[in-house]
Amino acid sequence: MASRARPLTLPLGAALAAALLAAMTLGTVGAVAIHAGTAPLGPADWSALRFTLLQAALSALISTALAIPVARALARRRFPGRGLLITLMGAPFLLPVIVAILGLLAIFGRGGTLNQLLAATGLPPLSPYGLHGVLLAHVFLNLPLATRMILQGWQAIPAERFRLARALALTPGAQFRHLELPMLRATLPGAALTIFTLCLASFATALTLGGGPAATTVELAIYQALRFDFAPDRAATLALMQFALTTAALLAGWAILRDTGFGAGLGRPPELPAPKGWRRAFDGAAITLAAAFLILPLAALVARGLPGLTNLPQGLIEATARSLAIALASTALATTAALALALATARRAPGHRLYDAAATFPLAASSLVIGTGLFLTLRPVANTSDLAIPVTIATNATLALPYSYRLLAPAARTLQADYGRLTTALALTPMTQLRLITLPQLARPLGFGAGITAALSMGDLGVITLFAGQTNATLPLYIHSLMGSYRMEQAAAASLLLLTLSFALFALFDGIGRRHA
Amino acid sequence: MLKLDHLTLAAPGFRLTANLTLPQGARTAIIGPSGAGKSTLLNAIAGFTAPQSGRILWQGQDITATEPGQRPVTILFQDQNLFPHLTLERNLALGLAPDGRLTPDIRARVEQALHRTGLHGLGPRKPAELSGGQQGRAALARALLRARPLLLLDEPFAALGPALKQDMLALVAEVAEETGATVLMVTHDPQDAKRFAGSTILVADGTAHPPHDTASLFAHPPKALADYLGQGGS
Repeated sequence: MASRARPLTLPLGAALAAALLAAMTLGTVGAVAIHAGTAPLGPADWSALRFTLLQAALSALISTALAIPVARALARRRFPGRGLLITLMGAPFLLPVIVAILGLLAIFGRGGTLNQLLAATGLPPLSPYGLHGVLLAHVFLNLPLATRMILQGWQAIPAERFRLARALALTPGAQFRHLELPMLRATLPGAALTIFTLCLASFATALTLGGGPAATTVELAIYQALRFDFAPDRAATLALMQFALTTAALLAGWAILRDTGFGAGLGRPPELPAPKGWRRAFDGAAITLAAAFLILPLAALVARGLPGLTNLPQGLIEATARSLAIALASTALATTAALALALATARRAPGHRLYDAAATFPLAASSLVIGTGLFLTLRPVANTSDLAIPVTIATNATLALPYSYRLLAPAARTLQADYGRLTTALALTPMTQLRLITLPQLARPLGFGAGITAALSMGDLGVITLFAGQTNATLPLYIHSLMGSYRMEQAAAASLLLLTLSFALFALFDGIGRRHA
Repeated sequence: MLKLDHLTLAAPGFRLTANLTLPQGARTAIIGPSGAGKSTLLNAIAGFTAPQSGRILWQGQDITATEPGQRPVTILFQDQNLFPHLTLERNLALGLAPDGRLTPDIRARVEQALHRTGLHGLGPRKPAELSGGQQGRAALARALLRARPLLLLDEPFAALGPALKQDMLALVAEVAEETGATVLMVTHDPQDAKRFAGSTILVADGTAHPPHDTASLFAHPPKALADYLGQGGS
């Protein structure tokens, strides 16, 4: 029986968190909608929409297509460093986009390693800008994600199926058709759509590698409308268009998510057949190329940035301090709010469906849409540049909250199911319950979620570009301005600092969680 | 005296009525087929399930709407009676101080209860480092510390072997004696009822029947109990 003898009180923390989230997501979209529509969209805006869809679709297609051979090779081969490589493939999610781009420029840029090689062989240089530059960056950032998703699909095929395939002496082709193809058919749409959705809201990549009439995303067009054309109404219309795009992609994602239908196995460790011959060489090549593609840009960035560390430009310290403060504040906000929402949902407090929904809204939001809404709302009452830091904190906290919440919710549900009655029977005071039961039991997801939030917030280059003036840049924005003035060595050195801090923050919070679990 | 006054418990596809009285200090078993509502009845008395109608009275006082932790009740669940990440000492101390204090006085009383239940020196251990029997003892030690007048047992020893279970029931009897508690125990096993409880409540066909002398109940089982025991019609 789920009923209780006592009336449940409204969880104030969760209600407050949900209200703030609603204001940051639905509220900003509302503000955008009020201003939208008064300015007609020009041909440049429609071309931004076309480019956004084109680059997102191509990024998703290329990333998932390349990920298939890599995932299959990782699924069926065992070699030293395999675990490390798979772990490493989780890292691009936390990697600041601007760092990834500087790494890619070190290899594929005008003065990069690749163009030096091409010049040495007398071939014309390649440009890393425009559509193929944006695609390069998106594939770099999302190939690992696709690989991990597809690898999970391979590992989810019960070992018993492969054993049966062996017992029946199925040819590799027949095995592919009957076991692996159905898995791919179930996994690939989800992977591709996830990447498509992420790339729809691509801003930092388009800002640095795109631009111009041929390579502007909607997010970038919003930024240009607000910062350069001083056309807030057109920015609002574009923001509404962006919101519609992301929401449609998310809804499509929920619609196509389905089960693989392989039935349950007995949980035997998978023993995928590892064919010899040319297939072995092919797998080796796939793994080597993928690893090189991921590692070389970052290695080149380290090589380029290390000498610059002795000659750090002025203002870097302040930008770094600002970014750290933003990261810590948004982590505190997002983690507290996610915990309040997860606990209220777990104990099915009044309105728990609303709390769950509020924690999902930010998935449909984007940095620039929230930023436009806040800009339009705050501009009449304050100097927007003064509000750059608080706005960035609130936006980063909002956008990272779904990750923390999704990590905490199942753990909170288990805690409630296992120990909710005992906690109630002992009449533990709320503070004791938090200190002795909730925090220790949820330490791991709390720490992991906080680590993700801190790293994402540290590396974020989004809403800050709409608000910052000359004096309050964050570290990613500061790096962007170094790039803009072609001080690439210093930009690389600052990127190295940003990279180190982002991962150090993640390791710090994750470590605290692990130690207290 | 515990009085269930025209109590009705309902859930979709489930309904149980109880109208009965238990004298103070009584030891009563609750027996009946699975799904009949034995645990639900205990949960209602402990405050985890709201009755559809009727009242629960303890010493004449209506506790139907009282918070679970404020009721004169200690309940031992089938499992999860101890927090896995806290030491035994912490787990027991929470029975004395719901605000998590750990004063010298509380420590001394916890140590005494551990000693009393044969867990001397195990205070710093965590539940996973204990055997199933020791975990049961620890839960009983906390019941001893809380000393609430009603002790409800929802088959907490069902996973233990027969000899160990017998030890536990002996310990329950001691704890009940010491605290003067009225004990209400759900069981599947007629032996438990015969050995431990002077009276037995049969829960079957949507009714919790008033307590009946255990020996005579099993000697002349009504049809519902005979069916449950697999004795056909007698």
